[in-house]
Amino acid sequence: MRLLITLMLILFSSIVVAGSVQYEFDDVKQETRFISLSEELRCLVCQNQSLADSNAALAQDLRSEVFKQIKQGKTDEQIIDFLVSRYGDFVLYEPPMNLGTVLLWFSPLILLILIGSYLFGILRQQKKQSQPELNTEQQAKINALLNKVEPD
Amino acid sequence: MLLVGLSKDPSQVPSPLVGKPVPTFQLETLTGTPQDQNIFNQQVSLLNVWATWCQSCRAEHEQLMLLAKQGVRIIGLDYKDERESAEAWLTDLGDPYETVLFDDDGVTAIDWGVYGTPETFIVDQQGIIRYKHIGPISKQDMTEIILPLIEQLSL
Repeated sequence: MRLLITLMLILFSSIVVAGSVQYEFDDVKQETRFISLSEELRCLVCQNQSLADSNAALAQDLRSEVFKQIKQGKTDEQIIDFLVSRYGDFVLYEPPMNLGTVLLWFSPLILLILIGSYLFGILRQQKKQSQPELNTEQQAKINALLNKVEPD
Repeated sequence: MLLVGLSKDPSQVPSPLVGKPVPTFQLETLTGTPQDQNIFNQQVSLLNVWATWCQSCRAEHEQLMLLAKQGVRIIGLDYKDERESAEAWLTDLGDPYETVLFDDDGVTAIDWGVYGTPETFIVDQQGIIRYKHIGPISKQDMTEIILPLIEQLSL
């Protein structure tokens, strides 16, 4: 079953990526890289329909560029750098860690710590309230009472 | 954080090219003269990316004409277009451009990080990109952002 799903995914992604242009690869490895790069990179135009005049062919041009660079023997990293240096981190679905995104990456952890320490504080306070401390006078009273109850 | 994100326009993708020198290129002008990135040296310029198939470019054209009238140097980048239709467009609507670079395959536009027309860049005398405007320039953009910045850079 899992194999079938994987196969279906590979099949579908290659159809989606291929679009109207057929790319000829030297080997399967190149093709897999092309597919995974194309999926990793965001289509800048499609993100916003209101840019009605943006040329939807851009995605195709960028795919051709990726294809060209794979054929030239560029590494995935070089290709991603090429696009990021022109279009910014925005072309990546997964934002890289940098000054601008550090809050984005760490906010869940910060929130967890904040909520955790708040809850811990409440718990501690409740514990304190359920076991009020007694001064020596009160303790003596209790001892006296207990002594009374105890049979001689 | 969500509120800040929601208040921003997602179509305004920040350009990593702002603060960087203009990308190198070799292009012909509409009239067939070869040109390269040195066209941006010595003078503050606007680079306006446009095309005749782009409706927003038509809406923006009037502002470009006004900018040119005020002495702003505008270089055009005609993106994935036909020479004949571009020439007809400029004859019909007026020509605000000092030079129009002809990027028929759109490869130079990719180097400029262009993802939709119109887009406009402000380049300073040293050929450094100072500002990028995405979408058509409105009167407000012109008076509040573009003209003050050009004035400031020209000092």
